[in-house]
Amino acid sequence: MTELSEESVRMEVRTWLEQNWDENLGLVEWRSRLAGSGWGRPNWPQEWYGRGLSNNLATVVQEEIRQFGAVGAADSGVRMLAAATLLEHATDYIKDKLLHKIITGEDAWCQLFSEPGSGSDLAGLTTKAELKGDNWIINGQKVWTTSAHHANHGLLLARTDWDVPKHKGISYFVLDILQPGVEVRPLRQMNGHASFNEVFMTNAVIPKDMLVGKLNHGWEVAMTTLSHERRLADGLRQMGGTASKSKSKGKIFKELAAELKVESAPYKWYPQRAGRPDLTVNRARETGAINDPVIRQEVAKALTIHQANQWTGRRARQAQKLGRPPGPEGSLGKLAASHVARAAARAHTLTTGANSMLKGSDGDLNGIIAEVLLSVPAVSIAGGTDEIQRNIISERVLGLPKEPRSDTGPFKDVPRNVVS
Amino acid sequence: MLNGAVYSVVNSIQGTDMRYSFTDEQEQFRDFVRKFMSSHSATNAVRVQMETEQGYDRDVWKNLSESLGLPGLLIPEEYGGQGFGAIELGIALEEMGRSLLCAPYLGSSVLATTAILNTGTDKEKNQLLPDLAAGKKIAALALAEPSGQWDAASIETVAQESNGNYRINGTKSFVLDGSSADYIVVVARQENSVGEAGISFFIVDSSAAGLDKRLLDTVDETRKLSELKFTDVAAKPLGTVGDGAEALQQTLNLSYVALANEMMGGAQKLLENALEYAQLRVQFGRLIGSFQSMKHKLADLLMDVELAKSAVYYAAEAAAEGADDLPAVASLAKAFASDTYLKVAAACIQIHGGIGFTWENDTHLYFKRAKSSEVFLGGPDLHRERLIQNWQKS
Repeated sequence: MTELSEESVRMEVRTWLEQNWDENLGLVEWRSRLAGSGWGRPNWPQEWYGRGLSNNLATVVQEEIRQFGAVGAADSGVRMLAAATLLEHATDYIKDKLLHKIITGEDAWCQLFSEPGSGSDLAGLTTKAELKGDNWIINGQKVWTTSAHHANHGLLLARTDWDVPKHKGISYFVLDILQPGVEVRPLRQMNGHASFNEVFMTNAVIPKDMLVGKLNHGWEVAMTTLSHERRLADGLRQMGGTASKSKSKGKIFKELAAELKVESAPYKWYPQRAGRPDLTVNRARETGAINDPVIRQEVAKALTIHQANQWTGRRARQAQKLGRPPGPEGSLGKLAASHVARAAARAHTLTTGANSMLKGSDGDLNGIIAEVLLSVPAVSIAGGTDEIQRNIISERVLGLPKEPRSDTGPFKDVPRNVVS
Repeated sequence: MLNGAVYSVVNSIQGTDMRYSFTDEQEQFRDFVRKFMSSHSATNAVRVQMETEQGYDRDVWKNLSESLGLPGLLIPEEYGGQGFGAIELGIALEEMGRSLLCAPYLGSSVLATTAILNTGTDKEKNQLLPDLAAGKKIAALALAEPSGQWDAASIETVAQESNGNYRINGTKSFVLDGSSADYIVVVARQENSVGEAGISFFIVDSSAAGLDKRLLDTVDETRKLSELKFTDVAAKPLGTVGDGAEALQQTLNLSYVALANEMMGGAQKLLENALEYAQLRVQFGRLIGSFQSMKHKLADLLMDVELAKSAVYYAAEAAAEGADDLPAVASLAKAFASDTYLKVAAACIQIHGGIGFTWENDTHLYFKRAKSSEVFLGGPDLHRERLIQNWQKS
């Protein structure tokens, strides 16, 4: 297939929008049109609601839809991870059943990977799947499940063979959350928010044909999900979620606003988790702390590492843009972000002084500063701890030897946590 | 000679993206400089030069001047230089810092040359710069005094005028290459002036009567610092007498960036050395680089070095553009690079263990360079203070 030019793609999508866009449609109705036309997910294959365009051209289409003032396909939360994984690994039966509702946003998804007993060591998971007749019966517990309370589908990793090494006995399923065997409980965090859930599965049922990829090859499938999650997390770290600024009044925008409100709720505190280095200088000025030479030093340190991290990200993106081989600068953002967050939190504490003890409306910036101080510890844990990042950097970037392992035998013999 | 013609494309491709990447031509330039340094400034050569009073090898300097034209990097072609900017200067210094080059480059080709570029009249530049560009003359910038401050307000050395003739009295210290220079660019103040007023630049011949030079015993033996005492020394004004404070600050801003790039080159080399040793040394039946304590330390160092690189490259481009944020980012880069260099140097000793504390191991050479660079032109706290003062963004 010859690659279409950017200009012709812009023209084509614009023409289509002019003929089809109607802000008085319902959100699902409009997105069904998008799905049917292939403009909702233009980089998906033609047989699955797409147009087989390159990622670059798909970005062009999204830009065009945004500039036109229309609404795009649903793209928030875990649904994009689900879509990427299903497109690559699932049967046509599953794709046919689920992809359309990912585009329309009718289905919401969650990711059932982490467990109380396996955090950094994801492959040590112990949720059990046993085949009984035509169904898989699931027993186990998941944790850190964002948005499970409003999801109806879950991407589930469960163990299907205990007699082989840990990575080789895991399978990947789609779980229907809305069934009696699945209980979702919100997990309250130290900062008071409850963005995550614990999910308990007690004899939960998965029809046999909802296995994604091959039996016992779930780890490979999970890698697809995780590689997309990393990209999503990078985005979240940068932005801390986005909100629609549209001023249009049509029915569709009301529905969109409601959707966004629900879906962005778990991420409200994410900017604070990053330490809000952007606020350090102004806070010091506004509070008068800027006149304290010690505080000036700490603000300068926070500012320095924040700027250096931003510039490092730009270096990585620029190298990519120029088609140069990726240097180490592209692998350090997550670890550096932890340092930035801590440096910023230190500066905020010094600037805020005794008021650092207060939160909510008693706290500075209506509680934002307290939320920073109480959220920063998460940044060096979520999405791979600093320690795991250092392992990855030292092994993959610096080429240092891997740790000797004691978990390479059959999984049933591997020492593991006792989870009550 | 690599002249402007080869690299003319470099100066034409400038935009904000340049703060995040180098052109192919710049990478090629880096390769040339690195090759030169690896064949002329291996650490055994450094060890020979640091034991000498002069502190550098005249043949290497001649070669570096003639084959690479490095002393004239910043000097416009009309004055016999290469006509490049701060980015190429940063590349050159990064490579020099990597190999601990012993040469009057920072002192003469950066500090003194920039001062002349920023203050001299066209006539003075025509007189002075071609010889500096060709490496035929060495100049030193005498700014700091025994108080150890590199700013206009701290200057106590006085230039007295009588019938259009100037005589300098005072003591300068920490003068880089002050004993080996052919002439000294002295920053002094007019009689009875205070603060930034009355700051003036002068040229003093190294053999002038009343000039007493003393080579200081430096922690970093690869950097030769001198104390210069001026007793009624006859001096020729450079540029306009009395309004040199701004030119001085411009000179310093570029010098911070240059030194920051040099420090980063040293930090990068030390990281490589530490990494190499961690993959060589066996204890407890394993490479020490297989222990998490070592792996994590090295991962942290890589992060620090890469962040510092981003800062010094950004600052070099800001200097090349003469950007508004230069005063802030030059100081940011200086403070961050020096913290990083020292951290990497200390960690590199630690990773080497006992051998890292010996004279035989090269790490101490870098550690000492890191220590002297940390405070030369002002320490990191001072530069963080300057960052806050100059940070305009809200």
